[in-house]
Amino acid sequence: MDISLVELSRLQFAMTALYHFLFVPLTLGLSILVATMETVYVMTDRPIWRQMTKFWGTLFGINFVLGVATGITMEFQFGMNWSYYSHYVGDIFGAPLAIEGLMAFFLEATFVGLFFFGWDKLSKRAHLVVTWLVAIGSNLSALWILIANGWMQHPVGAVFDPMTMRMEMTSFYAVLFNAVAQAKFVHTVSAGYVTASGFVVGVSAWYLLKGRHIELARRSIAVAAAFGLAASLSVVLLGDESGYEASLNQKMKLAAIEAMWNTEPAPAPFTLFGIPDQQNHETKWAVKIPWLMGLIGTRSLDTPIPGINQLVAQAKERIQSGLIAYDALVKYRAAKGNVTPEVKQQFTDHSADLGYAFLLKKYVDDPLKATPAQIDAAANDTVPMVFPLFWAFRLMVGLGLFFIVGFGYYFYRASFRGMKFPRGSLIFAPAAIPLPWIAAELGWFVAEFGRQPWTVDGILPTAMSVSHLSVLDLLLTLAGFVTFYSVLFVIEMGLMLKYIRKGPTQDVDETERWMAAHAHRLRSADRQEPFATPAE
Amino acid sequence: MILHDLISLDVLRVIWWLLLGVLLTGFALTDGFDLGVGALLPFVAKTDLERRVAINTVGPVWEGNQVWFILGGGAIFAAWPSVYAVSFSGFYLAMFVVLAALILRPVGFKYRSKRDGAGWRNGWDWALFVGGAVPALIFGVAMGNVLEGVPFHFNADLMSIYDGSFFGLLNPFALLAGVVSLAMLLAHGAGWLLLKAEGPVAARAGAIGAVAAVAAAVAYALAGVWLAYGIDGYHLVAPVAANAPSNPFLTGVAKGGSWMAAYAGRPWIAVAPAAGVLGLLIAALGLKRGVAGAALFGTALGIIGIIASVGLTMFPFILPSSIDPNSSLTVWDASSSHMTLFVMLVAAVIFVPIILAYTAWVYKVLWGKVTEAGVAEASDSVY
Repeated sequence: MDISLVELSRLQFAMTALYHFLFVPLTLGLSILVATMETVYVMTDRPIWRQMTKFWGTLFGINFVLGVATGITMEFQFGMNWSYYSHYVGDIFGAPLAIEGLMAFFLEATFVGLFFFGWDKLSKRAHLVVTWLVAIGSNLSALWILIANGWMQHPVGAVFDPMTMRMEMTSFYAVLFNAVAQAKFVHTVSAGYVTASGFVVGVSAWYLLKGRHIELARRSIAVAAAFGLAASLSVVLLGDESGYEASLNQKMKLAAIEAMWNTEPAPAPFTLFGIPDQQNHETKWAVKIPWLMGLIGTRSLDTPIPGINQLVAQAKERIQSGLIAYDALVKYRAAKGNVTPEVKQQFTDHSADLGYAFLLKKYVDDPLKATPAQIDAAANDTVPMVFPLFWAFRLMVGLGLFFIVGFGYYFYRASFRGMKFPRGSLIFAPAAIPLPWIAAELGWFVAEFGRQPWTVDGILPTAMSVSHLSVLDLLLTLAGFVTFYSVLFVIEMGLMLKYIRKGPTQDVDETERWMAAHAHRLRSADRQEPFATPAE
Repeated sequence: MILHDLISLDVLRVIWWLLLGVLLTGFALTDGFDLGVGALLPFVAKTDLERRVAINTVGPVWEGNQVWFILGGGAIFAAWPSVYAVSFSGFYLAMFVVLAALILRPVGFKYRSKRDGAGWRNGWDWALFVGGAVPALIFGVAMGNVLEGVPFHFNADLMSIYDGSFFGLLNPFALLAGVVSLAMLLAHGAGWLLLKAEGPVAARAGAIGAVAAVAAAVAYALAGVWLAYGIDGYHLVAPVAANAPSNPFLTGVAKGGSWMAAYAGRPWIAVAPAAGVLGLLIAALGLKRGVAGAALFGTALGIIGIIASVGLTMFPFILPSSIDPNSSLTVWDASSSHMTLFVMLVAAVIFVPIILAYTAWVYKVLWGKVTEAGVAEASDSVY
């Protein structure tokens, strides 16, 4: 098995997925924010809310299209680069993906055209319904893809069939209501809401700083800060839930994130700081908080969390058991399924560990011929790289906690301090726009890098999942993606900045007509008109 | 779950074979005219305003149309996982080219009119041309290769290994099939422009489209003759085990004979190629005379006939292997499990009617011609 092919395939998937996820979180959150603004418009009839909807809608559109376009890459790539994976788990993994298309993609993509083109063709209410359908469609697509991803982290409701050499679904219900998937879904969409809220607050703060589009900026901050505060609370709570689920199902991932080399007496301490050393299985300069890890990870005082060394020992036992299953599988194949009940029993008893035998394929073509040293090496391979996981996780959590404080601050100023923002906070908010993106990308890194060496946890090793391609094929497409995606990124950023600088399009007639009609009850804090230009 | 036993596995397999055809046809009928309009763009529209008219005829709908393709990919993955695994990895570089074209296209639609420079807009117009013409061509090339058989085999773990090359895909028969699909979608796009645009754009579309429709019919007939006399077919050598587990090695396959033998066994399937040719001829007349309804009826009939003719001729084969016939994938040995096929069918039965209903509503809201005056007036909000 060619390791560089595996590494290049992983690199390409990671790059294209992280790139795709530059656009997704903004789509998830901004769609809801835009729909909320339009709802206020339909309820109050104030033109400013329509102009807000259109302005943020334009930025939404520039971003949305790249999310859609780069999403096609993700769907293609399972077949292109991970064909054995596709064969091996397509029976389970393909279903949520196809339902995502049926239920979510059609909804968002069909109505997004009407969102932009339907302003003059639809009644106000009908257009509002269209906008909400786009938002619901976007968020539903996240649900289905995370059900698919949740299954890779915690494969439930499926068994291996030796006749078809693949996993087959036994319970769609179990796949659908996988606890890991549910926690991941809420965690991920909340991260999208945080991202979009930070974006709206940041851009609006920049307008306030420049004294432009004051009415639009203030209202936008009011909506986004409240939404962002709720979302950042949710993202941290559901992140904790995800961690708890990991402690039940992905013990190695959790141990690696926490750099817990050995099982500690319950409740285990939490390592706040340290330099994990993979070679010697120890963490240098560790600063530990007693009890905390045990409380978060197990929600109890007496349940131990297994350490990496203990889990490696378990993995070794599972490899041995997997080899017994593999031996039965070979017999199945030779007899085209006509095997004795003993062989059937042998397979059934050990098939849960079959994936562990496949870990040996990295070292020998026939796992049954593996040497004890190779078995030790394969068991050791079940440990992901601890250092990057340990730190990516801490950075993500730190950012998540910081978002609660940050949105809390803007919410407080917006709601209880009459929209008065100190100058420093108006400079800070635009500068902080990238932070939620960094946190979200770190989150994916922790989830997927922490799942290694598996594509489907405990079932199928990454090294075995790849397509039978040449390294040249991979280098060509990798170079293609890097070039193409870089150009698109520059173009997208250029357009985003252009339309942010340009600001909202003011419908002067409509605004003045409305202002004249409602002059007696205008309650603008500083009596400034919408789109007032420089602040005194 | 006991429910899935309501429909037996062999029936589900045939249903999903039909649904695969429905999805491919749905894609060709809807996104097909978007691709056609993109490929026609530099030729039917000369000024910036004309080009914006042409683009805005598909502006509000291409995104939804493209989902037919994405859903097609998802449905193959879910219902025919080994077909998905073998074809996407086997046609690796071709898939990458299609992918690049399909990424270029959305971005082109959305970004083209967001800046004023002539260079910027012209650049995106050519991007839209590539994004329309290249996939239209490659889909046909892929279909041609499938008819010829694809050089792949499975190892003992059922890992698929592709033994061909990118340039091997570009053989004469496959290129002819590519011409069929490109010309067919050009005619379809022209029919759409005839319906939604007016003036010089519609006139040029009619003229070019009529030629494309005739070219598609001629190329399709030529490909049919070639297939009958110049290309080996495949057949099953053992009785069909329609309810067996999905493992290609359990079905015996041999190469040889002609695909056209299918027409001796099932004469009624000749309806499909007849509809294909008839449709294209009706389309040519409609396009030439400027009758949009006839043109689109013709291209739609042609597209349905041509796609159906490929599927019906090959049944039960989906992806024959040219170097190891026993690795060939058929309806009986390449599907998902009984339960997955059933779950997916339930999802399709629930959602496809809903999708068709709201798609129809959106088209109704957008009914009417796109005019130069209309585009100029709404310059900021349209493409």
